Amino acid sequence: MKALLLYRDRDFEPLHELSWSEEALIQDLELNTLFDAMALGDKFVRGVVDKAVLSGLRNDLETIIYRQDILKDCLKKPSVVREIYDLAVETITEERKIYGGVVRYPSSTLRRSMEALQLLVGMLKKLRQIADKHGSTFESAGFTRLFAMLQKELSDEYFDTVQDHLKELRFGGGVLVSAELGKGNKGTNYVLRKQDKKHGWIEWVLGAGQRPYSLHISDRDQSGAKALSELRDRGLNLVANALAQSDDHILSFFNMLRTELAFYVGCLNLHEQLVQLGEPTSFPLPVAQPNRRHSAIGLYDVCLALTMQQKIVGNDLNADNKELVIITGANQGGKSTFLRSVGVSQLMMQCGMFVPAEALCSNICDSLFTHFKREEDTTMSSGKLDEELSRMSDIIDSMTANSMVLFNESFAATNEREGSEIAAQIIRALVDRRVKVFFVTHLYEFAHGFYKKGLEHAIFLRAERHDDGRRTFKLNEGEPLQTSFGGDLYSKIFGANDYN
Amino acid sequence: MTFHSILFDIRGDSIGEEPSEAPDFFVDLNLDQVVDAITASRRDYDLKPFFYMTLSNIDTIKYRQAVMQDLEQKTLFEYLELFARKMRAMREHLVQVDRLFHKYQKEAWFLDAVEIYCDAVQGLVQNLNLVDMESRGLLTFHEFLSNYARSRRFTSLVTETKKLKADLSTVRYCLLIRQNSIRVRKYDDEIDYSADVEATFEKFKIGAVQDYRVELPSGTTMNHVEEGILDLVARLYPDIFSTLDDYCARNSNYLDETIGVFDREIQFYLAYLDFIARLKRAGLKFCYPRLTDNNKEIYVEEGFDLALAHKLILENTPVVCNDFFLKDQERIFVVSGPNQGGKTTFARTFGQLHYLACLGCPIPGSGAQVFLFDRLFTHFEREEDITNLHGKLQDDLVRIHHVLEHATPNSLIIINEIFSSTTINDSVFLGNRILEKISELDLLCVCVTFIVELASFNEKTVSVVSTIVPDNPALRTYKIVRKPADGLAYAISIAEKHGLTYDRVMERIKE
Repeated sequence: MKALLLYRDRDFEPLHELSWSEEALIQDLELNTLFDAMALGDKFVRGVVDKAVLSGLRNDLETIIYRQDILKDCLKKPSVVREIYDLAVETITEERKIYGGVVRYPSSTLRRSMEALQLLVGMLKKLRQIADKHGSTFESAGFTRLFAMLQKELSDEYFDTVQDHLKELRFGGGVLVSAELGKGNKGTNYVLRKQDKKHGWIEWVLGAGQRPYSLHISDRDQSGAKALSELRDRGLNLVANALAQSDDHILSFFNMLRTELAFYVGCLNLHEQLVQLGEPTSFPLPVAQPNRRHSAIGLYDVCLALTMQQKIVGNDLNADNKELVIITGANQGGKSTFLRSVGVSQLMMQCGMFVPAEALCSNICDSLFTHFKREEDTTMSSGKLDEELSRMSDIIDSMTANSMVLFNESFAATNEREGSEIAAQIIRALVDRRVKVFFVTHLYEFAHGFYKKGLEHAIFLRAERHDDGRRTFKLNEGEPLQTSFGGDLYSKIFGANDYN
Repeated sequence: MTFHSILFDIRGDSIGEEPSEAPDFFVDLNLDQVVDAITASRRDYDLKPFFYMTLSNIDTIKYRQAVMQDLEQKTLFEYLELFARKMRAMREHLVQVDRLFHKYQKEAWFLDAVEIYCDAVQGLVQNLNLVDMESRGLLTFHEFLSNYARSRRFTSLVTETKKLKADLSTVRYCLLIRQNSIRVRKYDDEIDYSADVEATFEKFKIGAVQDYRVELPSGTTMNHVEEGILDLVARLYPDIFSTLDDYCARNSNYLDETIGVFDREIQFYLAYLDFIARLKRAGLKFCYPRLTDNNKEIYVEEGFDLALAHKLILENTPVVCNDFFLKDQERIFVVSGPNQGGKTTFARTFGQLHYLACLGCPIPGSGAQVFLFDRLFTHFEREEDITNLHGKLQDDLVRIHHVLEHATPNSLIIINEIFSSTTINDSVFLGNRILEKISELDLLCVCVTFIVELASFNEKTVSVVSTIVPDNPALRTYKIVRKPADGLAYAISIAEKHGLTYDRVMERIKE
């Protein structure tokens, strides 16, 4: 039995270590804000959503749609989804409380397993009752399958069989074990056998008169008693193991259910907060590779909205069939925010979530990288440009043509000419390989150089600025300009009189 | 041809008393380390005595060399190792027989020991048929073993053993454990209940989970409850167990003595080959030297110190090889040059190679001719011994006197740093006297010394020096080359390093 709520055909395995590029995404796109909002204080949810969101980059189109459908069901029936989640949490918590003993013997393992099994079976029954009650109101393939499976596998007859075993395993009639002669004629290969009344064991046991083939341990014989219980344990070893493992399997079903639902609970949490802020959300339209699509209406940086706790300015983008988006313009004009909104929305789309936009259509990419300007590294091991280039080289090592890279003021650690030349060399190659590039830059020579070429697959966006220096945080298409209006910032900080 | 021993040719040296002590020079030549390493993983065989006795007969050396060469075939080597493993397992079983108490348990272990022995013999006969062998030692052994395996004594042992094992494996029984009692009866196809339970929960199976099986005590002995059960089982199957009793009574002397001796002696070869295999994998070469007893011209190409190489390979450090030869009148290597340049290593190499060659072993090098010596003497610097009340110089003289008393023209002497505890004039004087004596004996000698004057003593001495890299005196090459001992090369490079050569000093002192 599997939950299969994140993938149609396999479990979600959230245990992977974050790679360096994922660490960079979290840092550069400020994803922790997003994850915290999804978790809403639930540590378990927090531990699932980051991996679920980041691993989304490996999803195919089908998986994205599969999850979108499930999420739509969740948004329709949030209380049922939360009820199932809570049931899974309760099961796991209660199971953990069952005492297992300090030293492990097959007999103690058996005792604990039987108690745990009693609990788990009860919870499975409750789960099936939820399926009975609400199953028909869910539409997604994922939930439909889950509920149907619960009803099919967990029939009343099945629960009866389990109870029979739990009774038999108390071994009222003694433990029957078969054995063979092993090395040195020592008994081996002990196998627990089912006592079959037809075989006349009962008569054999109860048969009066002489007992030629029996052995009796006297009450004073302590080592004999120990030997006897050891022998009994040999018989019970396998069945205790089978039962304990069954417990584990059932428990891991609940764990999987909890883990996979945690992602959707996170989505529900986020959705509720965005609705409260009055921010729009929509289900995006993912497009398969090798198409190049990227258009959006009202695309905003969800992390900024969550941090500011207010509705923020969204941007429109029309970059279908483009590989290169170069963004120039005013300082603090919203360039970085825009870049982040592109990255975060891409991630959210690929993991099957709704996106922070009125509408979004984008092609799926194999991997997403950020190459943002970093603080001077303190290890003294390499210069800043050296560090940037080494990061770039790492990215190139792990990317495919269907990747997307977000650059934020990269290669500015040297003079403009060198920086531009380095940037141009790299970007030209990336674009020729059809890697999708968003590049925020002040490198005029670089940006303008590309502009002059009039590339078919490039567009140029500029952060807007009114004549009085006010920013609108809107980006429009436009030729890169030579100044980034640093003077504005200077005068804002030092006072207008000081400027000019 | 009858088979005698795999170590000793019937026409050559015979097995005398096995020496229990290593020869005196073992420590000086680091041969103790080599033999420790060779025998380390085969302690049970007590192989060291084999490495303590050199052979004086070239036929026996050739006999061993031929066996060793046969064993260089990997398959043959593996076949004998397999045989050895089985014989070891057999012996371990017999140890158990002595340790255990219950009759049926002892008997079962004994039965297994015999089974393993039969398998070892049959397996080896079959395997030896598959390989080409050329050595007289292995050919005659193969013939002996084939005859033995066909003998009535052996074949009936095999048949009986198999039958009894098969019978015992049919014994299956059931125990019903209830409160304080156990009932025993024959097994009657009852259902495996663990599997039944497992099947019920099959549908939940997801991936791998923890293994809850408890490792229950699995010693070889039995407690009295198990013994009681075994007695009951024996009563359920009376025929099988009485046959077992009878079998054990009749077969107590099953092991053939010649095979027992071979099992130990063949280990001499396997241990040595095993040891050098690691070095060969690292690219070092071994060869079967030609031995002479009438000609003192010797040569070794790409020789090295086996003890040092063993250590260096473990540390992944490359090993430096050296070529050397003595021809015509030449008898004595006088080794001088910078310290830690490989002088002592060279001396040890010379000694080790001769010693190992006289055991019949392949020796370090790509090609060699060595001398079949009668005795080997070493004189290495010793810590001062306060118990003998002599001074160190006197001690040196006493020891070297003893050596020269016992040495013959066919002996080998290896001297490492002699007379260092006196004035240089004394050293030169005494050194000259000793070399005179050695020259008179006309024996082969290596003399490591700081006394440069000894290097050009007479036509019998050959001067070899350790070398360094001129640009980097700290880096040792460990190459020993034939070269007059001028004592200069090292000094000049040290001077360069400190900027104190003539040119540099001229440069630095500006006018």
